[in-house]
Amino acid sequence: MSDDHVYLSLAEGHEDGDARWAFGTGFEDPLYGVSTAVPEDVDPADLAACCLALGDDALVTAQRLAEWTTRAPELEEEVALANIGLDLLGQARLLYARCGQVDGTGRGEDAYAYFRDADDFRSVRLAELPNGDFAFSMARLLVLSAWRLAHFERLAASRDPVLAAVAAKGVKELTYHRQYAAEWVVRLGDGTAESHRRMQAGLDRVMPYVGELFAAYDAAEAVLAVLRQVGEAATLSLPAVPEAAAGSGREGEHTEHLAVLLADLQSVARAHPEATW
Amino acid sequence: MSALQTGSTTAADGTPPDLARRFDDTIARDQRIEPRDWMPEGYRRTLIRQVAQHAHSEIIGMQPEGEWITRAPSLRRKAILFAKVQDEAGHGLYLYSAAETLGADRADLTERLIEGRQKYSSIFNYPTVSFADVGVIGWFVDGAAICNQVPLCRSSYGPYARAMVRICKEESFHQRQGYELLMTMMRGTDAQREMVQDAVNRWWWPSLMMFGPPDDSSPNSAQSMAWKIKRHSNDELRRRFVDMTVPQAEKLGVTLPDPELRWNEELGRHDFGTPDWDELMRVIKGDGPCNAERIERRRTAHEEGAWVREAAAAHAAKQADRKKNGAVA
Repeated sequence: MSDDHVYLSLAEGHEDGDARWAFGTGFEDPLYGVSTAVPEDVDPADLAACCLALGDDALVTAQRLAEWTTRAPELEEEVALANIGLDLLGQARLLYARCGQVDGTGRGEDAYAYFRDADDFRSVRLAELPNGDFAFSMARLLVLSAWRLAHFERLAASRDPVLAAVAAKGVKELTYHRQYAAEWVVRLGDGTAESHRRMQAGLDRVMPYVGELFAAYDAAEAVLAVLRQVGEAATLSLPAVPEAAAGSGREGEHTEHLAVLLADLQSVARAHPEATW
Repeated sequence: MSALQTGSTTAADGTPPDLARRFDDTIARDQRIEPRDWMPEGYRRTLIRQVAQHAHSEIIGMQPEGEWITRAPSLRRKAILFAKVQDEAGHGLYLYSAAETLGADRADLTERLIEGRQKYSSIFNYPTVSFADVGVIGWFVDGAAICNQVPLCRSSYGPYARAMVRICKEESFHQRQGYELLMTMMRGTDAQREMVQDAVNRWWWPSLMMFGPPDDSSPNSAQSMAWKIKRHSNDELRRRFVDMTVPQAEKLGVTLPDPELRWNEELGRHDFGTPDWDELMRVIKGDGPCNAERIERRRTAHEEGAWVREAAAAHAAKQADRKKNGAVA
């Protein structure tokens, strides 16, 4: 290898001749060749609402995962949590883009993320709760990814070809997210006395918010089956799912935490509304 | 195996001369030393120190930019930045693994970092005050890292050299992303252009300091050059960085904050001013603007994660026991 010129030497030994893309080549575009026309038997308003809710869940969850960056218990977890956050961020972008195509506004992804207030968000309240400890974060990730996976498996057969393609790509990602969270719930539940106590507490804190997910898409059977299986391996007791409490993020009714999360997320974009990034 | 054991006992006088000769020959022929090869204790110690400092720099280096992931002003920039900071965690992992091939232990190296017994790059002790800093860090800091690290792809120690090949490619990608952010901002509003120039003003001198003290006061350089752990002097790499960056600054439309910076026709390179070496020494000794906060964040994450790591170890032990008992039954 020659190091006479630092940039030229970076390209050496790279057969494809494009060292810039180093380890970032070969990504598939999930929407390649997919028609963006809304099929006649699909109600655009329903489609937009579905994309918006799923996009908001993904963005808010990705934001919470990003908050773990530099704070994770181990470097492997830094990498894994960022992977999951990046997957969800990618899902949010595709879903917002679809929403903008079908809701009649022609808005782009950033308009949805940066220029709506908390009461316009349709994400579930479980996603917006602060991270808490690693046990709570893993319990939440397990529930959110188990529900989302069940929903995406169904949506992969959606009559809307764009949503179907986004969901089909997401299924592979969510299968990993659920697996990652399940493994940690088992390790922590069946680890030390302290981790068991924390994991049980994390699961107990998550359960009151689970009903809200089922109101939007009833995957109760699939999600509870996952929780029973994981809970057993983790030696945890599974609290009952309470009837959904009054108020729902899907209706724009959020905890006080979402506005704080959005104030941070939107701060730079709103300080420079004329700027391009 | 006996070679490895000999190497790990410091008894320099007890070293069989043929092992020492083979090591010297390997270095002279520009070939690689591998983990099981005999190596002098000083070579091993120097490498562990260098690789560990490099790993620590990647991990601490996640913080200044990581601050901006949640606030990135577009979803595209958020994804780019999130992925970049993730890459840095990955680089830290490769490098700690490379250090482990020399007999170091990751947990021990982490302790040394959070107790302040091992250093990391001084550049990460400066604050990131606007989103333009994300672009300028990519352009300057990753650019300087590339200048420093591309020659290390030929380091005499195999695992380090191989880790550097991959790391350099990713750093190069990051540098272009940073520069592309700045190009976009320079085409934006006046406020954005001011943010970029302000970030350039703040990061230029600390970036030049990344190459270390001037050659005449760099205590470890000569031996490292002889061992081919290090391939170019600090001043040489610094000049290379300046020569590369000046035309990029012109294209971008920003001014580098150095009144002495000019092209020297005779030498075919740029003349430039002298960084404030007293500042570098203060920052290295722990008195930079963010030293305490960087270490504190790392310490907190490590301590607050202890129960998670203990649980994972306990669970793995239980699983191993069950497997053993299951096999017996």
